[in-house]
Amino acid sequence: MLQTEPTPEQIRDQKPYLQLGLTEAEYALFTKRLGRLPNYTEVGLQSGMWSEHCAYKYSKPILKTFWTKNERVLMGPGEGAGVIAIGEGKAVVFKAESHNHPSAVEPYEGAATGIGGIIRDIFSIGAKPVASLDSLAFGTRFDAHNQNLIDQVVAGIGGYGNAIGIPTVGGEIQFDASYQDNPLVNAMCVGVMDEKDIQRGQAAGVGNAIIYVGAKTGRDGINGASFASAQFSKEEDADRSAVQVGDPFMEKLLTDACLAVTQKHQKALVGMQDMGAAGLVSSSAEMASKAGFGMTLDLDLIPQREPGMTPFEIMLSESQERMLLCIRTGFEQEILDLFAGYDLDAVVCGRVEAGHQYRLLHHGAVVCDIPVGLLTDAVPTYTTTPKQPARLAHPAPDFTPTITDIDQTLRALLALPNIASKRSLFKRYDAQVQTNTVIAPGGDAGVIRVRGTHRALAMTADSNGRLLALDPEIGGAITVAEAARNLVATGAEPLGITDCLNYGDPSKPEVYYELQASAKGIVEATKVFNTPVISGNVSLYNETSGVGIHPTPMIGMVGLITDLDAITTVAFKQAGDVVFLVGATGDDYNGSSIQYLQNGAYAGRLTGFDLTQEKAIQDKMLKAIQAHLVNACHDLADGGLAAALVEMGTANRLGIKGSTALSAAQFFAETQGRFLAAVPPAQQAAFAAQMGKDAVVLGTVSDGEFVLDLADAKLDTTIADLAAIQEEALAWQLK
Amino acid sequence: MKAAVLTFPGSNCDADLLWAVQEIAGQEAALVSANTEDLTGFDLVLVPGGFSYGDYLRSGAIAKFAPVMGALKTFAANGGYVLGICNGFQILTEAGLLPGALQVNTSLEFICEPEPLIVANHQTAFSNQYAAGQTISLPIAHGEGNYYADPETLASIEAHQQVVFRYAENPNGSLNDIAGLTNEAGNVLGMMPHPERAVEALLGGTDGLGVFESLIAATKGAVHVAN
Repeated sequence: MLQTEPTPEQIRDQKPYLQLGLTEAEYALFTKRLGRLPNYTEVGLQSGMWSEHCAYKYSKPILKTFWTKNERVLMGPGEGAGVIAIGEGKAVVFKAESHNHPSAVEPYEGAATGIGGIIRDIFSIGAKPVASLDSLAFGTRFDAHNQNLIDQVVAGIGGYGNAIGIPTVGGEIQFDASYQDNPLVNAMCVGVMDEKDIQRGQAAGVGNAIIYVGAKTGRDGINGASFASAQFSKEEDADRSAVQVGDPFMEKLLTDACLAVTQKHQKALVGMQDMGAAGLVSSSAEMASKAGFGMTLDLDLIPQREPGMTPFEIMLSESQERMLLCIRTGFEQEILDLFAGYDLDAVVCGRVEAGHQYRLLHHGAVVCDIPVGLLTDAVPTYTTTPKQPARLAHPAPDFTPTITDIDQTLRALLALPNIASKRSLFKRYDAQVQTNTVIAPGGDAGVIRVRGTHRALAMTADSNGRLLALDPEIGGAITVAEAARNLVATGAEPLGITDCLNYGDPSKPEVYYELQASAKGIVEATKVFNTPVISGNVSLYNETSGVGIHPTPMIGMVGLITDLDAITTVAFKQAGDVVFLVGATGDDYNGSSIQYLQNGAYAGRLTGFDLTQEKAIQDKMLKAIQAHLVNACHDLADGGLAAALVEMGTANRLGIKGSTALSAAQFFAETQGRFLAAVPPAQQAAFAAQMGKDAVVLGTVSDGEFVLDLADAKLDTTIADLAAIQEEALAWQLK
Repeated sequence: MKAAVLTFPGSNCDADLLWAVQEIAGQEAALVSANTEDLTGFDLVLVPGGFSYGDYLRSGAIAKFAPVMGALKTFAANGGYVLGICNGFQILTEAGLLPGALQVNTSLEFICEPEPLIVANHQTAFSNQYAAGQTISLPIAHGEGNYYADPETLASIEAHQQVVFRYAENPNGSLNDIAGLTNEAGNVLGMMPHPERAVEALLGGTDGLGVFESLIAATKGAVHVAN
C-alpha cells in the first residue's frame, strides 16, 4: 500500500473523520454500537452511509410527512425509483435526482453523470427508460463563468442523453440571483415496464452470488456523498476529484444488458441496485440490509482501473456505470455469459451470508466486519428548532405595477430570461430518439406515447424558488399546482410526483423552517391533486460562504393520457378560433415577473392562490380537453396572460384580436389557477356551457395582428414582432 | 422488401428504424448485429443513427472496422440498396461507401429540430415517391453533420446528380447545402435527417414515409431509377 492509513487509535485521537463529514457524536455512537474502535475503512464506510445524501439525517423527519401511497402506487419511496400503474398491464417508473454540487465544480461531467445516475435508478427497477427532463437554475449575472456553466451543463446533459438514446422531452431553465454561486441541476428520468417485472434492490438467500457489472472502479468521486453534503467555500477549490466522469456508451450497454436480465432471466435474479452515492458500500449494504441478510465481499475481485487502491477507495469510489446484482446460486455463469455478450466486465465478487454481518476481505485480510444495520439503520436523525426567517414576518407592502406604455412593457417582459424562449438551449437535446415523442420541449409538458397501448404519458419538472422565498408553504403548494396545471393543459390526468428538495444548510433554524413549511404546502397540495410522492432526493447545503439558495423544491410530475386524439398543445392552430381565459384574474403582483421588471426584485406576501379553486378549474379544463372541445391550451404562469398569449402565437405566427375588462396591470398579473384555451367556433357554445362562469371570451385567433383592448389601454402590434423578441432574447443575452 | 437494420454497440436508432419499416411501412425487417458477416437474403440494409462504439474518436471511425463492414461492401458492390441515416451516414463515409466526410456543425453544438429539405433528385431508389423540387420537413439530431468534400469530389457529385436532399435553411454548414447524397451508382444513400422519425402524424409528420415507400417501389422494380 502506498499510503499509510491511521490506526483505530489514531482515528480516535486525531479525528480524521471530521474531514469526512462525521461529527464527534456520530463517531462515538458508531464506536459504542460496534463495541470497539473502528478502523479507517469502517469509518470511511460510516462517513458515506451516514452522509445526508445517503441517510437523510436532517430530511427524514420532513420526508416522513409526505403522502406516498394511493390506489395506483405499486412501489413508493425507498427503492431506486417509484412505480405507478397506468393500465393495460403497464407501469410508469420515475425519479428525479439533484447533481448540484458536482455541476458547480465540473459542469459538463457533473450534469452528464447526473443523467447517468438517474437512468440507472430507472432500469434497476426493470423499466426501460423512455424520457428524461431537467430542471436547471442559474444566476442572473451572465458573466463568463456563468455563461460557461450554462453552456457546459446543457452540453453535459445532451452529451450523455443524446448518446445513450433517451429523449429529453421537457424541463425548465430558470434564472435567479439566488443561484449565482449554487446552480441547480436536477434530472428526472421516466421509464415504462410491464407491472409483472418489477424488481427490488435486495440481496437475499444464503450463498447467493453478488455480481458486479459495468465500468471498473477508479479513484473518481471518492466520498462524493459526503462532498454533496457539505457547503462550498469560495476559498477552497480542491474538490475536483470528487466529481466523476461519465461514459454513456458503457451505460447504453449496461441498460440493455440489465433489462435483458430482468425480462429474460427472472429465475436467476434476486435483486439489482445501481452503485450511486457512496458507490459499492451503499448498494451492497442496502441490498443486504433490506433483505435481512449479511454479506461478504472480496475486494480483490472488484475490477479496478488503477493499482494500489485501498479498501476505503474501492468501497467509496463513485465511478459511474456500475451495477450490483444478487443472483441465485447455480445461475452465475448464465448471467456472466449474458454480460460478456454485451462486452461488459462482470464478476462474482461476494456471497449473501446468514446473519447480519457485513464483511470485506482485502489481500486475504478482513478489513471490515460490522453489523450491516450499523451502516444503514443506526444513523441518528436531527431536527432543528425552526425559526421563521425575519423577511417572512414583515413582508414588503403589496406591489401594483404602473403601466404607462403597454407595448414597451410587454416587449421588455418577453426579453426577461425567465420568459424568453429557451429553445436555443434545449434544441441541443435529442428530443425524438425512440420515436415516441408527441410533445417535445417547449410545450407545457413533454408527452410520449406508450408503445403497445393506447396511452400516453405527460411529464413536467417545475420549481418556483422565488415564490417559496416569499412564502414557503404557499409557494410549495403552488409548485405542485403548477405542475398539475402543466399536465392538464396537454390533456393528462396527474398521477404522481417525484421531487428534489434543494435547500440551504438545514442546521440553520431559518432553513429548517423553510423545509418544514414548504413540505406542509406540498403535502396539502399532493392530497388535493391525488398525486402521491413516489420517489425523490434531497440536496441540502446549497450555500456558498454562508449564503443559501431560495428554498427550491423541484416537483417532477407524471400524468396519464388515455385518448391519444385528445392530446393538446400550446400553439394556436387556426385563425378564427375563439380564445377563452379560464379562471379569475386578480391584482396579484407580488413575486411576479412584472414586479421584477419594474423593481428588480421579488417581494411581498403571496396572494391569488386557492387550492380548492385551482383543483376545480383544472378538473373542468381537463374535461373540456378530453371532450375534444379545445384546439390549443396553455397554463398561465410566469408573465401571466401577457406571456401566455404570445407563447401560444409564436409557433404558427398567429395573433389575437379581442377585448377584455382587465386593466393593463392585470394583463401582467400572476394569479394562479388560470388557463388560456383556443376553441373552434363550432365548439364555442359547448365549451362555454361546460366552463360556466369560469371562462370568459378574450377574442379570436388572428392571422398575425396582436390587438387587445384593455380597460385602460390598447395593445396594437403583431405576433411576428413579439415572437422575434421572445424567441431571440435569451440567445442574445448569452452571447 | 426484406430489410436488415444493422445494430452496432451504441446504435440508438435501430429500434426506431425497425418500427418504421415493420410497423408503419409493413415490410419484413430484422435487427442484424454488426458482428454478422453475412447479409445475403436482404434487399436493403439500413445503417442506423446513434453513437456506434461510443463515437469517442470520430463518428463512425471505429464502426468501419466492424465485422459486418466487409459484407456490407460486397452487398453494395452487388447493387444492393444501402441507406445510412445520421451516424449511419457518418459510418458510410468513413467506410468509403460514400464520398466526403461529416464535420462538427459550424455552431459547434448538437442540433435537434425539424428542418425543411428540398428534394434535389427525385429519380433515385430513395426518393422516387417525392415530386421534383418538393419541400419536406424532417428532423435532424446531430453534432457532426457538416458535410465536406474537396472541390473536385463536390463537382463530380453535382455532375452525377448524387445530391438527393438539400437543406432549405442550412443548419450546420454543409457544403452545397447537402443533407443527403448517393454514391455514383445510386444504390447507397447517406442522409443526416431522420426519415424514420417522420412516419406518424401523432409524432408530428409523415414526410419521411416517402423514403421507405420509394425503396419499396425500387425493390419491386416498379419505378425507373436513373443511375
